[in-house]
This record gives sequence, C-alpha cells and structure tokens, in this order.
Amino acid sequence: MKGYIEIKKEICKECHLCISVCNRDCIVPSTEYNLKGYHPVSFNDNGKCNGCSLCAIICPEVAIEVYRD
Amino acid sequence: MPMKKIFSKPASLKDAPFHYCPGCGHSIAHRLLCEAFDELDIRGIAIGVPPAGCAVLAYNYLDVDMIESAHGRGPAVATGIKRMLPDRVVFSYQGDGDLAAIGIAESFHAANRGENISVFFINNAVYGMTGGQMAPTTTMGQRTTTSPLGRSKELEGHPVQVCELFSHLRGTTYIERCAVNTPANILKTKKAILKSLQYQIDKRGFTLVEILSPCPTNWKMSPVEACKWISDVMTKEFPLGVMKDIPSAQQKKGVDAHEQ
Repeated sequence: MKGYIEIKKEICKECHLCISVCNRDCIVPSTEYNLKGYHPVSFNDNGKCNGCSLCAIICPEVAIEVYRD
Repeated sequence: MPMKKIFSKPASLKDAPFHYCPGCGHSIAHRLLCEAFDELDIRGIAIGVPPAGCAVLAYNYLDVDMIESAHGRGPAVATGIKRMLPDRVVFSYQGDGDLAAIGIAESFHAANRGENISVFFINNAVYGMTGGQMAPTTTMGQRTTTSPLGRSKELEGHPVQVCELFSHLRGTTYIERCAVNTPANILKTKKAILKSLQYQIDKRGFTLVEILSPCPTNWKMSPVEACKWISDVMTKEFPLGVMKDIPSAQQKKGVDAHEQ
C-alpha cells in the first residue's frame, strides 16, 4: 500500500511529534523558515510512506493531510 | 489509481491557526471534539462553554455556538443552558485550574445533581496561561514556579484525582481518563468523547472525560519529552481508564440475565 502526506508549512510549529511517531523516516526536519519563524518539517519521499496517518493523528496543528490508494 | 484523501481537517474546525504553543494538547483535544461533532452530526445543536485559561479562545476554533462563563463556572452555566434547551448538546471544556481549583464547587455539585451535560477536563498539571504555577493536579515532586523544590506532601498536599473523586458521586454516569500523548491514546480519547456525547443525547446524565495533555512550555521540556513524561510519570499519579460507566454495565448485566 502506498501513500503520501501534504504538510501545510505555514501552520507547522516545529514540535516534531510527527517525526517521533513515524516508523519509516518519512518526515524530516528542514532548515527553511515559515512566516512565524519556525522551521517546518518536510515530507521525505523515500517511497516507504503507506499512509498510516499516525503523524496526522498526533499533529497538534492539523497541518498534515494523508492520501492513500 | 489516484490517491484518496483519508485524513484532513474536520469540517467543524475553523480555518484559524491555533494560538497554542508547539506541542500543546489543547489543539489535539479541539480537533477530536470537532471530529466527534461531525460524526454525530450535532454541529448545529451543540453549545459549548469554554474555560478561563489557555483554551479561553476555543470559540475561535470550534465552529459551534459557545458562551463564555466566569472562571470555573462552566458546569453551572451549562446546567442553565441545558435546562432551558434540553434538546441541545451542551458541553463544558475546562482546564485543571478551572475545574479542579476555582470551579471545584460548581463542577462537583453539577456532577452530584447528575445534570445531563458533558464535561471535558484537560489536565496538564500546571496553570498554563499564567506561567506555570502549581495546580491542584501537579504531581508529587513536580517543580513549578510556585513549588520550586518540587511538590511535597507536607507543604502542598496530594494532587486532586478528579475522576476518582467524581466517580463516587451517585449523580455521575460515565467517567473516563484518557491522554493525548500517543496516537493510540488519542484514538481512545476520541472514542471516549463520542461516548460521552452519545450518552448525553440518550439522556443518560452527567459524563466527564479527563484528558491528560502535554504542556511542554511550562514543563520546560521538548514536545516529544513531554509526551513521554505523561506515560512515565503522570499516568502513575493519574491512571488511565474507565472509572465508571453505568449504561454499559447495565447493558452487560441485561445481556447476562438474558443468557441465563
């Protein structure tokens, strides 16, 4: 099963909870800035994302949308 | 095959970005409430009472009718709303300073009267909005700005276990303690919220869901450490689980009697 996520970079607050729950290293920190001054996380498209939604469930900002086939 | 969207923002949650600190549990609780409103299709008839505290601006995020109450008096205001409009779904959303400190009398007596309302109690073990002072729910040994050496039995007493306390009242119907520190616990919390609102719709009486919520800013931890601290320390003081569930116990009893 394949999936991917979309991260709304402007509302991410860099809490990294999504990174802590992803078992497949599909989310990585980034060095870019958003308007609030946080470094939003970014999707690491390594082909391993299966759309399990754990990151979206724990994201406090509801910044992640999950797609799955 | 095109990919299907399987997770996005619930319709009852407004587009406004949350003002909460990074890693705060309030925003997770807000989202779960909105998902529950959508699933039960009660967005048009739900009326909420936000607390004084970090979640005082909850009406900026939840797209339902809300009315602010005086600090801690949420259950008293919710009682009035529910008695005048019994066909609405009335809930009060409260923090630990709001429910367990200044508003313990109103909450306790609303529970004792068995008012048909739902109370969502966010327990983050400190006074978040005012800068991390000690709350009634601060755990033993926890350092806060007003207990700099750690909470001690002699000086500050034991933390108030609201769920255990309220489950002894004969007016209460359903009491559960959950947490929002892991995806599994978040899904359990959502089930508890759904159950609480469903019991209210079925006119079963007073329900309370306590939600252990991380406060990384005032605990002086990273959000990931704060979630781990809930599992390691906070759940020892506040064990998770259903404290009281009269309707499901009655149903079970009914099934048993039927089988015999």
